[in-house]
Amino acid sequence: MSKFLKIFAPAAGGAAGVLTMAYMLADQFVVDIPSFAPALVSQANAASTDAAQTASTATPQGGFGLGREALGEEIAAWDVDVRPDGQGLPEGRGDVATGEQVFAEVCAVCHGDFAEGVGNWPVLAGGFDTLDNKDPVKTVGSYWPYLSTVWDYVHRSMPFGNAQSLSPDEVYAITAYILYSNYLVEDDFELSHENLAAFEMPNADGFIVDDRPETEYTIWRTEPCMQGCKDSVEITMRASVLDVTPEVEGADEEAAADPAPEGAEMAAADPAPPQSAAPGAVEDAAPDPELVAAGEKVFRKCKACHMVGKGARNRVGPMLNGVMGATIGGHEDFAYSSVFEKAAAEGRVWDEASMAEFLAAPKSYMKGTKMSFAGLRKQEDIDAIIAYLSSFGD
Amino acid sequence: MNDLLKSPSRRAFLRGSAAAVAGSVAGAASAQQPDPLITEVQDWAAITGEGVDETPYGLPIRFEDDVVRRNVPWLTADPISSINFTPIHALDGTITPQGCAFERHHSGAIELAKEDYRLMINGLVDTPLVFHYADLERFPRENHVYFCECAANTGMEWAGAQLNGVQFTHGMIHNMEYSGVPLRTLLEEAGLDTAGDLSDKWVYVEGADASSNGRSIPMEKALDDCLVAFKANGEALRKEHGYPVRLVVPGWEGNMWVKWLRRIEVMDGPVESREETSKYTDVLADGTARKWTWVMDAKSVITSPSPQAPISHGPGPLVISGLAWSGHGRITRVDVSRDGGMTWETARLGTQGDSKALTRFYLDTTWDGEEMLLQARAMDETGYVQPTKAQLREVRGENSVYHNNCIQTWHVKTSGEAENVEVS
Repeated sequence: MSKFLKIFAPAAGGAAGVLTMAYMLADQFVVDIPSFAPALVSQANAASTDAAQTASTATPQGGFGLGREALGEEIAAWDVDVRPDGQGLPEGRGDVATGEQVFAEVCAVCHGDFAEGVGNWPVLAGGFDTLDNKDPVKTVGSYWPYLSTVWDYVHRSMPFGNAQSLSPDEVYAITAYILYSNYLVEDDFELSHENLAAFEMPNADGFIVDDRPETEYTIWRTEPCMQGCKDSVEITMRASVLDVTPEVEGADEEAAADPAPEGAEMAAADPAPPQSAAPGAVEDAAPDPELVAAGEKVFRKCKACHMVGKGARNRVGPMLNGVMGATIGGHEDFAYSSVFEKAAAEGRVWDEASMAEFLAAPKSYMKGTKMSFAGLRKQEDIDAIIAYLSSFGD
Repeated sequence: MNDLLKSPSRRAFLRGSAAAVAGSVAGAASAQQPDPLITEVQDWAAITGEGVDETPYGLPIRFEDDVVRRNVPWLTADPISSINFTPIHALDGTITPQGCAFERHHSGAIELAKEDYRLMINGLVDTPLVFHYADLERFPRENHVYFCECAANTGMEWAGAQLNGVQFTHGMIHNMEYSGVPLRTLLEEAGLDTAGDLSDKWVYVEGADASSNGRSIPMEKALDDCLVAFKANGEALRKEHGYPVRLVVPGWEGNMWVKWLRRIEVMDGPVESREETSKYTDVLADGTARKWTWVMDAKSVITSPSPQAPISHGPGPLVISGLAWSGHGRITRVDVSRDGGMTWETARLGTQGDSKALTRFYLDTTWDGEEMLLQARAMDETGYVQPTKAQLREVRGENSVYHNNCIQTWHVKTSGEAENVEVS
């Protein structure tokens, strides 16, 4: 045994004192150690914290007498979950305007200024009426059933890489801004511990409890077919067609450059030649310079995905030079969603009316569009964008 | 001579170019020349190897360095909040070594020392308690083998055959022997009289990492077979699996197996946390979503041959092998089809797995060198039969993301290569 003790000693690594050594041994050879040793260790462990050691003498209901009673401060520090009825919410409040600032500082780097999501990071806004589409856009607005979940998650787990750094007021403000970015509140809205639980989310009724026992198990608990189960078998799809399997060795870079599943980054193979701005080339009258200037500001919401002006090329979305008056879905080298392909085939054109309707509600005007932007709420913003876009000919 | 130790064919295998090596293996049956590996004294037969102090904790020999977890970079925005895949194409038996068992983190794998570990039980209990790690090892403990499957396993295949490798289509699963204390024991230690009627109570469990991943579990399950585990496959949990303590929720989706478990709260309702509302809910074709779909239904897949494990020999004896599991209990039968589901034959269960654990199956057969459309179909002790993709889509559509337990098809070509396909 003595030789083995020498082997084990280094394993205790940095453990100081006989008690710790006894504990190591107790852990390995619990039968050989006098019964008082674990109790000593337990006391030594407790003494290392400020917490009172009460449990080892009293025997609570469970009968083992292990652990100690949690202190109120400790429970308060860890028990921060918030439930749909508002249980767990601390007092506080925050409005949309404050939320917009905080969001821009700590959230927008991943989620985008307008909660539209950057790259593969989660989209928080929009996606309404898409849950029954081929590719549903599940956002806070379109999918989350309870507002408490937003508050709870932002408070406990965000921002990514600096969790639990936001004050309750900041979390109320961010939550208010996320609602605003989903057009669920007006810009003067303030969220607080008083009104959060009563806020009804659009998809609150969109969930059912697991019904597999009725809809699936009853059907699929049958004796399976063994012979002559089908007349013929055809291959209907092959993985090699999509070819999204990562290369096994040293091809991480290549795989990373592959398009994201929803076709996020479509690098233009053949960028359109630079065009000089040609005001008035599309519409009869030159657009109002003030409106163009206002549109340039609004266009910041679009810049994450679209380019316009000199050197513009297709990015996540198609480049927009000359878009006013052009065929909808008309760039040959951009991979449009099928709704745009159909519009192009039908020869539909972007005029002021169609563009205004699209910008107001992209997902419902072009059902199935890949554009994740939720839309512009104000008519003046829509007018400004159209004026701005009209100032770039092709 | 050392070159002989490097397997030149391994990379070729991985690329699916089985034909390149088929000749050399098949030719072994009728050697014309004496094999120098036999007739000449090899280095390893003459020179000594490594001493016992060389690797205090050993890793697999270097020839196996391709048997590793792999990531699908386009799946997630960042590898810190992401998932990788168990190389199930290269494993046999049922136990997954911790070092290649898939990982899923929401804020990365953290380092939490046993000395710094605390577990709190609070809420509707008689006495809210705090345990140190050493306390947990003083409760009576149990050993159980369970599979842990991510609800999103095979999730990329809903809309069609997509990833060409069983590691990627089915590798969000592992199977380990856990040592730990029943959750019931800890709850009873805190006392449940305060909770009153337990039938409508829940426990909320959360982790100590920055995501503080939290899930609500009905009290009935918490008192049934959940385990607060600190060892896996005989040794401490690896960091990436929740060292020093994780929750084991047998048969239920992996997201509930909270790692770095720090708090258990007894409640009168679910929290409706992010991971049980916006995620891990299954959208049906009409846009409504199922929630609380916790159980992983019966599922199986052939791991060899498969796209990453092509047939490397010619016609003749062939072992078709795979894994089957069910969150409802034991696997009782696995059938294998070689013609895309027209005819089936019942496979041999290599190991009758425990309840809610992986079962290995084999079909010891003869390959005629012709194409095959290989499928496996599992049955569990409830009589549930693993459905086809068409059956699943008929009920759920294509947007569920989670809980895809469809029958998988591999198209094995005359070269021995295999491809992920869908069949009519």
